[in-house]
Amino acid sequence: MTTVPPEVSPLGLTLEAAPHAAAESTATRKKGLGIASWLAIAWLTIMVGSAALADVLPLKDPNAGVAPKRFAPFQSGGPILGADANGRDMLSRTIYGGRISLIIAVCSILVGLFIGGFLGLLAGYFRNWLGNILVGLFDILLAIPQLVLALSLVSVLKGDPNIPEGFHLPIILVLIIALGLVSIPILARITRASTLSWSQRDFVTAARAQGAGHGRILFREVLPNVAPAMFSITLLGMAIAIVAEGGLAILGVSVEPPQSTWGTMIATGKSELDGAPFILWIPIAAVFLTAVSLNYLGDVIRDRFDVRESAL
Amino acid sequence: MTDLTADPAEIVEPADPAVGEVLLQVTDLSTSFTSDRGTVRAVRDVSITLRRGRTLGVVGESGSGKSVLARSIMGLMPSNATRTGSVEFGGVEILNAPPKAMRKFWGEQMAMVFQDPMTALNPVLRVEQQITESLHEHLDLTKDQAHDTALALLTSVGIPEPARRLRMYPHEMSGGMRQRIMIAIALACGPKMLFADEPTTALDVTVQAQILDLLQALQRDRQMAMILVTHDLGVVAGRAHDIAVMYAGQIVEQASAEALFARVRHPYTEALLKSIPKLEMAKHTRLEAIGGRPPDLVDLPVGCKFAARCPYAQDRCREEEPELLPDPDDASHLVRCFFPVSVAASAALQATAPVAGEELA
Amino acid sequence: MRVIGRRIIQLVVVFVVVTFFTVLLISLVPGKPEIVVIPFDNPQHTQRAAFRKENNLDRPLVIQWEKWAGKFVKGDFGNYYQSTGTDPVAKRIKSSAPVSALLILYTQVFSLAVAIPVAIWAAYKSGSRLDKLLNATAFAFISLPAFAVALILGYFLGVKYNLLPTSGYVRITDNPVEHFKTMVIPVLSLSLGQIAVYMRLLRSDLVSTLQEDFILMAKAKGISNRRVLWRHALRPSSLTLLTVAGLSIGTLIGGTLVVEVLLGIPGMGYLIGQAVLARQYVALQSSVALIAIVFVLLNFLIDYLYTVLDPRIRERT
Ligand SMILES: Nc1ncnc2c1ncn2[C@@H]1O[C@H](COP(=O)(O)OP(=O)(O)O)[C@@H](O)[C@H]1O
Ligand code: SF4
Ligand SMILES: [Mg+2]
Repeated sequence: MTTVPPEVSPLGLTLEAAPHAAAESTATRKKGLGIASWLAIAWLTIMVGSAALADVLPLKDPNAGVAPKRFAPFQSGGPILGADANGRDMLSRTIYGGRISLIIAVCSILVGLFIGGFLGLLAGYFRNWLGNILVGLFDILLAIPQLVLALSLVSVLKGDPNIPEGFHLPIILVLIIALGLVSIPILARITRASTLSWSQRDFVTAARAQGAGHGRILFREVLPNVAPAMFSITLLGMAIAIVAEGGLAILGVSVEPPQSTWGTMIATGKSELDGAPFILWIPIAAVFLTAVSLNYLGDVIRDRFDVRESAL
Repeated sequence: MTDLTADPAEIVEPADPAVGEVLLQVTDLSTSFTSDRGTVRAVRDVSITLRRGRTLGVVGESGSGKSVLARSIMGLMPSNATRTGSVEFGGVEILNAPPKAMRKFWGEQMAMVFQDPMTALNPVLRVEQQITESLHEHLDLTKDQAHDTALALLTSVGIPEPARRLRMYPHEMSGGMRQRIMIAIALACGPKMLFADEPTTALDVTVQAQILDLLQALQRDRQMAMILVTHDLGVVAGRAHDIAVMYAGQIVEQASAEALFARVRHPYTEALLKSIPKLEMAKHTRLEAIGGRPPDLVDLPVGCKFAARCPYAQDRCREEEPELLPDPDDASHLVRCFFPVSVAASAALQATAPVAGEELA
Repeated sequence: MRVIGRRIIQLVVVFVVVTFFTVLLISLVPGKPEIVVIPFDNPQHTQRAAFRKENNLDRPLVIQWEKWAGKFVKGDFGNYYQSTGTDPVAKRIKSSAPVSALLILYTQVFSLAVAIPVAIWAAYKSGSRLDKLLNATAFAFISLPAFAVALILGYFLGVKYNLLPTSGYVRITDNPVEHFKTMVIPVLSLSLGQIAVYMRLLRSDLVSTLQEDFILMAKAKGISNRRVLWRHALRPSSLTLLTVAGLSIGTLIGGTLVVEVLLGIPGMGYLIGQAVLARQYVALQSSVALIAIVFVLLNFLIDYLYTVLDPRIRERT
């Protein structure tokens, strides 16, 4: 029975598997990656690959009307995924939109990973005033619901682009900063929890007894062991960031045309629900499949990591 | 004989045998579990007859299948278990009875006292709730009646200030108190049969004898049949009428307590006896432990299961499995061994053996 | 008692820091915030000047915070500026907050009402095909954002089969039937993910609880399976559930904002969405502060409840 509350991410994923859940899956996970993992990896590879190669792929201009308006997908004589309300190619828009969505998600989680991970390591390793202050800081960052915090940061930093006064950051950068800041406490708390347990192991004590400095112990002894947990939560965090960008877009604070993301495609496409809902289903499917793949792989890594830990 | 499997909806009342008459008849009971490693054959071909008012001691090392045997008789089985054989309780066959029918037996006809009162009592429910729920379930008592019954029960198991204890949570009490609570819970609906599965193993040495004495007294007063499970022969000495010694899921020796202690026949029982601490020994004398480990229940060896550790083992023991047969001199004394301990050796051992449980106190 | 005292000090510190952040927000606006907030001012810019003065923008941050907090606790949440006139933010929050609160309440109640029995069932049948199916479904729902569910349900229940309204809100006091009809799609949208989270968590907690000796003991009393599961197994696990329910309120608040905007429900999300589009940073500031305060208070309350409900912890406090 748990008396310690489990770590839960803003999306509500439990971040620390219950011990028996790991044990339960030991038998099945040992066999290697299952088919579901390969499907997830394949989907992510396609998404990342097409986003990276978008400029050299034979894609239509995502911002030019190239087909009849609201042309339905999978019909001969037109774009394969159809065309939106302005006759723009949906396939091309999904790939270019995904490019920005993925850039935002990856970069913001990297911000969270470097800052949050580092602070989490410190907080888990130094169980003195420093650790306490850091934990307090994480709690404060978590005191504003994640999406509300991101929304207020973006909307304020974005300002009014029509008013040229003052220094305007590029909106993509603003989104990265806001989502990065939001992900800091999440990554920090997981890293801290993992560091706490690893820094009490014998080999750490042994290293200390040999006169190793804090830096060396942290980065050479503790970090390699904490890394799987950090990697797992990084994947979950990216899923969260992609979904969060969608939410921000619907709330009206994402990129402006001609740029688009999956989120803004959904936000602008919602008026098509009556006539051509596929304009919505395509970006929604892209968000869902990407989030599911990231979540699943994160889970697989966490399970494996738990198994490895229990084998020690 | 009535068979509960015929119609699960029909719940048959078991007979209420008089003191001295047969209450429980177990025949060729075997239990196995499916597991990742294969089939775990935890109990094999156990037959037991237990009369009302009598106590059977089941003794064996840890892992010998004592708990599984007790739970198999009661029918408290996990989903990966398979049982074969027959269990008749009060003349009713209950082995294949569905859980729904068994609920009329559990708590009301037969009850169990578990090993560790810390883990066997629900940590987040008050003692009163844990005692009265079976009273409501089986005896249909009102809230007030159940409360009064619970008070009386706590008094009968020797708990001072029962009213205050009823309002407590398990963690607020000592181990001995908790075990008394568990006994009170088991006895709540006046079962005819009590299983006590190592009731004192988790307790302080100082309270072990008190709890055993309490169980013995309650068993006598209420004329229950009792199966007292322990890994310690010293615990059953003087407290059980009959003793069954288990090894690797089988009964290897079975006799009345008197006969068993008078003439130990099985080499394993002999080894167990030698490992009992005795008063005349200096405090920290090393006991003669039994060398080696019991066999793997997934991959049992052919021949006698004790052969690998038996000082008297011969070639035959490793090829052929001995049966549980009556001793030539005493037909009620059953032994599973080709080369039983000689009467002379047994007598020598007996000189140092405990005669009654008091030695342990 | 000392524990509670320390928690209250923590609570106050969090309040101060969080509200300080919200006060800071206006200063982060690129350029002059008053121009962004009031683009339609008269030629003399009297409104903008009044805005600067009202929010003490020419004074140090600490003073800004102090003045802001003084007004906030009195229920003065600043003003909402429109070309058609200025009105108090408090008035808007007063009509929006109950809508969101109700939406969140319905969602939590519905999610728990579904998740608890399903989790118990899955745990009871753990390892079965049904259990695996439920687990996989839950996993998919966790990855499906609330706004996606809202659009999908809106399409099928609203557009295609015209069973329910896809937007708008009716107060329960005006017309209870219509009220619940308008709440079905938003509540379902927000619930699916919650249900999945609760179900997975509770199931795995229950599976381990069901291995405990006290469950065998409860069975041995001959009480019904239902009672064993609901009382003996669920009771200890419900504490974990409580914590998760508390933590997930944060996600739920975020989801509610988005779903409200999507479905045109006049709650806090709608208010914030409008404020963001109209660059009404004072309204945003006050709404965010209010949400954060409620969120922190709720979690504080749940922490306290936890100690009350778990007899083993209660003992120590
Ligand atoms: N549910 C189960 N699944 C698999 N094996 C089990 C199960 N329950 C008990 N066993 C095995 O049965 C054997 C006997 O256990 P037990 O009856 O508890 O021994 P003891 O004599 O100490 O009470 C042990 O080897 C144990 O591992
Ligand atoms: S049969 Fe042989 S091995 Fe088995 S107990 Fe008897 S003497 Fe020992
Ligand atoms: Mg046992």
